[in-house]
Amino acid sequence: MNKWEDNKAWFMVIPVFLVVAVSAILPLMTVVNYSLQDIFGPDQRVFVGLEWYKDALTDSRLHDALKRQLMFSSLVLLIEIPLGILIALMMPKKGWGASLSLVLVALPLLIPWNVIGTIWIIFMRPDIGLLGAAVNGLGIPFDHTASPFAAWVTVMLMEVWHWTPLVVLLAYAGLQAIPEAYFQAARIDGASAWSTFRYIQLPKMRGVLTIAVLLRFMDSFLIYAEPFVLTGGGPGNSTTFLSIYLVKLAVGQFDLGPAAAFSIIYFLIVLLFCWLFYQVLLKVGTGDKP
Amino acid sequence: MKFQKRTIGLIIYFILLLLPIYWMLNMSLRTNADILSVFSFYPQDPTLDNYIKIFTDESWYSGYLNSFYYVSMNVVISLLTALPAAYAFSRYKFLGDKHLFFWLLTNRMAPPAVFLLPFFQLYSTFNLIDTHFAVALSHCLFNVPLAVWVLEGFMSGIPREIDEMAYIDGYSFPRFFLTIFTPLIRTGIGVTAFFCFMFSWVELLLARTLTTTEAKPIAAIMTRTVSASGLDWGLLAAAGILTIVPGALVIWFVRNHLAKGFALGRV
Repeated sequence: MNKWEDNKAWFMVIPVFLVVAVSAILPLMTVVNYSLQDIFGPDQRVFVGLEWYKDALTDSRLHDALKRQLMFSSLVLLIEIPLGILIALMMPKKGWGASLSLVLVALPLLIPWNVIGTIWIIFMRPDIGLLGAAVNGLGIPFDHTASPFAAWVTVMLMEVWHWTPLVVLLAYAGLQAIPEAYFQAARIDGASAWSTFRYIQLPKMRGVLTIAVLLRFMDSFLIYAEPFVLTGGGPGNSTTFLSIYLVKLAVGQFDLGPAAAFSIIYFLIVLLFCWLFYQVLLKVGTGDKP
Repeated sequence: MKFQKRTIGLIIYFILLLLPIYWMLNMSLRTNADILSVFSFYPQDPTLDNYIKIFTDESWYSGYLNSFYYVSMNVVISLLTALPAAYAFSRYKFLGDKHLFFWLLTNRMAPPAVFLLPFFQLYSTFNLIDTHFAVALSHCLFNVPLAVWVLEGFMSGIPREIDEMAYIDGYSFPRFFLTIFTPLIRTGIGVTAFFCFMFSWVELLLARTLTTTEAKPIAAIMTRTVSASGLDWGLLAAAGILTIVPGALVIWFVRNHLAKGFALGRV
């Protein structure tokens, strides 16, 4: 659609800008401020320049947490995006089946995040949890509080269970928007299910999938409440993701300066990846404009 | 044949999806002693004690009311600010419009842990700590950008000729917006309200940091009880089940329109 060109439209954007800017820019400036100081108390601070940034960049525990985080977020994207598309393809397009599927799919999204952790603690308990008991019943010792591998499997299962529905909702929305005529044309040409998917459905889902990848990447990269409730970052440090390490640093040791510097670096990493994804996904398949 | 394979796949997925929730429901209907001593696929001696405790103990049920207040406030604020902005994005080209969209999105990217302290200081300065309004306002950080984006999608689906006709007929902008345009996108408003409701309802860190007693959300009350009373699994499960109910009700009302919101969107 061609739009009117008028900078007065800014007046309509001002309320949003103000509401978001107050909540976003002031705290960001405060954190930048902290990150340049050594803070002993409310009135005792020393300007230390970029000291904390240097520390953060050479902190080996931070590097380990970052590697874990990258591994986690890659797995999340590799599993959830294809699975979400697959389930969206399986869902009925209309009728009561479509309504019921949508309601069921959205259920995990509506549970407060620490409750998600609680559900999975109960669910995975070897003595009183269904899955924990089932796996142990098969003769496989499985305890997410003792084995790092089991902890990872559990956190991944929880994550996939919790967030794949968002990908499903987005992909389903993209599929619903494709006009029926496209499928009729494909049928007349005798296209296989795969080529219908590859050349019609996938390109048409580009917009919603871009947002799915971006949202899933940034939310999984910032994940805190669910794994913290479930494993507390353990056993050892095996599920200490970046934000869990950050909280340990900020609250546990009350090192506000380093924690703030770390937050800024963390924020920049997320921003960089999201910007890259955004640029790449905008360019992929732009030949067929949706 | 192909239809059946799809349906079977879908049914398997839904069973897996519902199992953890079913297990929580199962536990919520049993006493703590029963849960810890017997492994059972269904409550053999179902009891509603856990639910009765939550509905009669004010420290529990006030949590639901608090969550409900600030979530409603947040939905109203998000919609009121996002509606004009989304209209601007869908109808006008203006300086920096594309950058503004990405900037709005970046507000979801800040690691919450350390940003909590400045938030606390900011809201203390305005004496807003422990009010529903503070939580509602802080949740605008991630809900307003989302609301703008979903609404813009719906608005772009309405042909611009409608606006032009109304202006020719002598409608002023506010009158046109309220009496013609808003009714046309009411589905979009419903879907947006659902997403704002959902993200505000499940958020914990900000809500917990900005409240102490008067406005404490249910999710925070649950964590407190966990550490204090040596884990009453039954009570915890019942509280968890009750956190799902409001969302499930809301989703039922928008179920037929849920998918449309994203399909039309920009990006």
